[in-house]
Amino acid sequence: MCGIAGIVNLNGQPVAPALLDRMIERVRHRGPDDCGSHTDRQVGLAHARLSIIDLASGGQPMHNEDKSVSIVFNGEIFNYIELRADLMRRGHRFRTQCDTEVILRLYEESGEECVRHLNGQWAFAIWDSRRERLFLSRDRLGVRPLFYTIADQSLIFGSEMKSIFALPHVSREIDPVALDQIFTFWVAIPPRTTFKGIRELPPGHSMTVQQGRITVARHWQLDYGAGGDDAPEDARTEEEYSAKLLELLVDATRIRLRSDVPVGAYLSGGLDSTLVTALIRRFTGAPLKTFSIGFDDPEFDETRYQNEAVRFLGTHHQEVGCTLADIGRVFPGVVWHAERPILRTAPAPLYILSGLVRKHGYKVVLTGEGSDEMLGGYDIFKEAKIRRFCAARPDSRLRPRLLKRLYPYLGNLQSQSGAYLQAFFGARRDQTEDEFFSHRPRWQLTSQLKTVFSGSVRSEIGAYDGLAELREALPAGYSGWDGLCQAQYLEAAYLLPGYILSSQGDRMAMAHSVEARFPFLDHRVVEFAARIPPRLKMKVLNEKYLLKRCADGLVPPSVRNRPKQPYRAPEGKCFFGGARLEYVDELLSPERIAHDGIFDPVTVQKLVAKFRDGRAIGIKDNMALVGVLSTQLVHDQFVKGFREEFAYAERRAGTAAICH
Amino acid sequence: MPNVEQELRRFVIDNFPFGQVGDGLSNDDSFLDQGIIDSTGVLELVTFLEETYEIKVEDEELIPDNLDSINRLVKFLQRKLQVSS
Repeated sequence: MCGIAGIVNLNGQPVAPALLDRMIERVRHRGPDDCGSHTDRQVGLAHARLSIIDLASGGQPMHNEDKSVSIVFNGEIFNYIELRADLMRRGHRFRTQCDTEVILRLYEESGEECVRHLNGQWAFAIWDSRRERLFLSRDRLGVRPLFYTIADQSLIFGSEMKSIFALPHVSREIDPVALDQIFTFWVAIPPRTTFKGIRELPPGHSMTVQQGRITVARHWQLDYGAGGDDAPEDARTEEEYSAKLLELLVDATRIRLRSDVPVGAYLSGGLDSTLVTALIRRFTGAPLKTFSIGFDDPEFDETRYQNEAVRFLGTHHQEVGCTLADIGRVFPGVVWHAERPILRTAPAPLYILSGLVRKHGYKVVLTGEGSDEMLGGYDIFKEAKIRRFCAARPDSRLRPRLLKRLYPYLGNLQSQSGAYLQAFFGARRDQTEDEFFSHRPRWQLTSQLKTVFSGSVRSEIGAYDGLAELREALPAGYSGWDGLCQAQYLEAAYLLPGYILSSQGDRMAMAHSVEARFPFLDHRVVEFAARIPPRLKMKVLNEKYLLKRCADGLVPPSVRNRPKQPYRAPEGKCFFGGARLEYVDELLSPERIAHDGIFDPVTVQKLVAKFRDGRAIGIKDNMALVGVLSTQLVHDQFVKGFREEFAYAERRAGTAAICH
Repeated sequence: MPNVEQELRRFVIDNFPFGQVGDGLSNDDSFLDQGIIDSTGVLELVTFLEETYEIKVEDEELIPDNLDSINRLVKFLQRKLQVSS
């Protein structure tokens, strides 16, 4: 696991190696073990290495014998052993035991189709000097990041945008349309990023650059096909679905343990991470180390379930406590690594957790992300199902009771009358045809925050319609999918890569040089899960029903049967109430808000006053506060004073080594 | 109750920074339709009413008919204050 960066001069000029050094320096936290670069005429590739497989000879950039093909690679190919054996049968000779070389040889064998054979998480660049062609690719679900821009006739790319900004001629400016998207969908819609002109290679896409021409094409699509309950009766029984799912999860976990350094696991106390940990225990007799976060606030703490899982599975467990003050303290570093505004503080505890992992000398963890998306765990799926029921039976007296079952952990909602619940979650019968039915309440609520934007940001956004853009991008067949599958798709295509795997995932783990691996995101699991009938994913209102069946006997019954608790962290109160945080005072001051020009100073002042007085309790105020503060931090660290903040972040991360 | 109307308007404008508030808010505008109030906002509003006007809002009174615009709030308060006086 690593960081990559590179430059292609579209005008054919040679690349100056010093520029590559500057770029890769900015992501040494991703790869503190080694680094290297390679230039060949108009192309330069750079790499920062976190050594995990073939520690001795896996250095990069890696080349074939005559150096006509070179690669820099961030990620892991978990089926590299099988691919390697197959390539050897076809006459390829290998110099290393490394998965990087497998991609290189596979590219020689099958060109850009090579990605279809890969099971893993990747972002890589291959320079084919004979064809003078650069090939960039990103894994199916967007586990590993890849950004690019075009400036002064150069294509510049990197694992993180801070590498791209290391080049002085790249402009750094927040894109108001991205803000509009984030303050609606919680994420920017790829390829758009927070910054004007900086693009993300979307998950499941590859890109080629040849003779100044840039082509981006999809190589994989999440497809729910005819997988609805109305589909022709699948011959498989519930038992058969369950057995097949478990078989795939077992193998997905097995190949994710391939590593030349020890592998640990995150253990949140929920079903997903506990099941992953249980499956690891099946394969390794060696002591397994697990890691978790505990909160001092009982509303968020899951220590009880973590301890039950630890006892049941017999792991060596390490826990790190997380307080309100901790979140407030690390938040600037969190935003520095996330490189985008966030509406939740939930990445902060994961940033602290990866620090714990690193402190114990671990570089690799397995974790449970992806299960909720693929197997139907999120509350938004249940909410949509209840709203659909209510819309179809407007006279049912069950409605208020059903709506209250939705969010048992949200006290505010429990005390609402049926009339208000109906107003917040109700839907008319004609609205159930809406392609975004499941996500309307979330997106409408979040959109209301946009009145905090300044007049100039609002006028730059103008009549831009994010829903129209999203609608354009929906895959063929989407309108025919079951409602649950549509909702799953929206979560898996946008929130998963744009927030869960990035702001909460890769960026928080790599901040402390830790690689996360996700068995639930093995594409075989994902493609199979897309074929599971919706009624088995959520049985009545029992979420992840089939997965719970799989987990029977493997995880403690208390963990299997506990009510679903989404991973959350304390929000706005992390920044007020304790010791005053200098950066909060400064960045939210009326003068600074007015000067930076992104938000309306009067609205922000009202919001801040509400927090200072302890009157802010609602989700909207909290999302707004975290959204405004993180946007101000993005502006402060990336737009206003990039170099200074880089120096600060580098000191903090303790990665001062320079690459030569 | 002109003062009450002003007090309520001030509270709504200061306390709910989002949605279409400000001078453009008419006395009949629905807080729900204007995106001013969410599920927590209802509770904030009720807390304000109870503390400021020393009334008790019963669970069955927590409905948009009573609470969802400045005018509805004024009428609701009038009824409550008459009962308690």
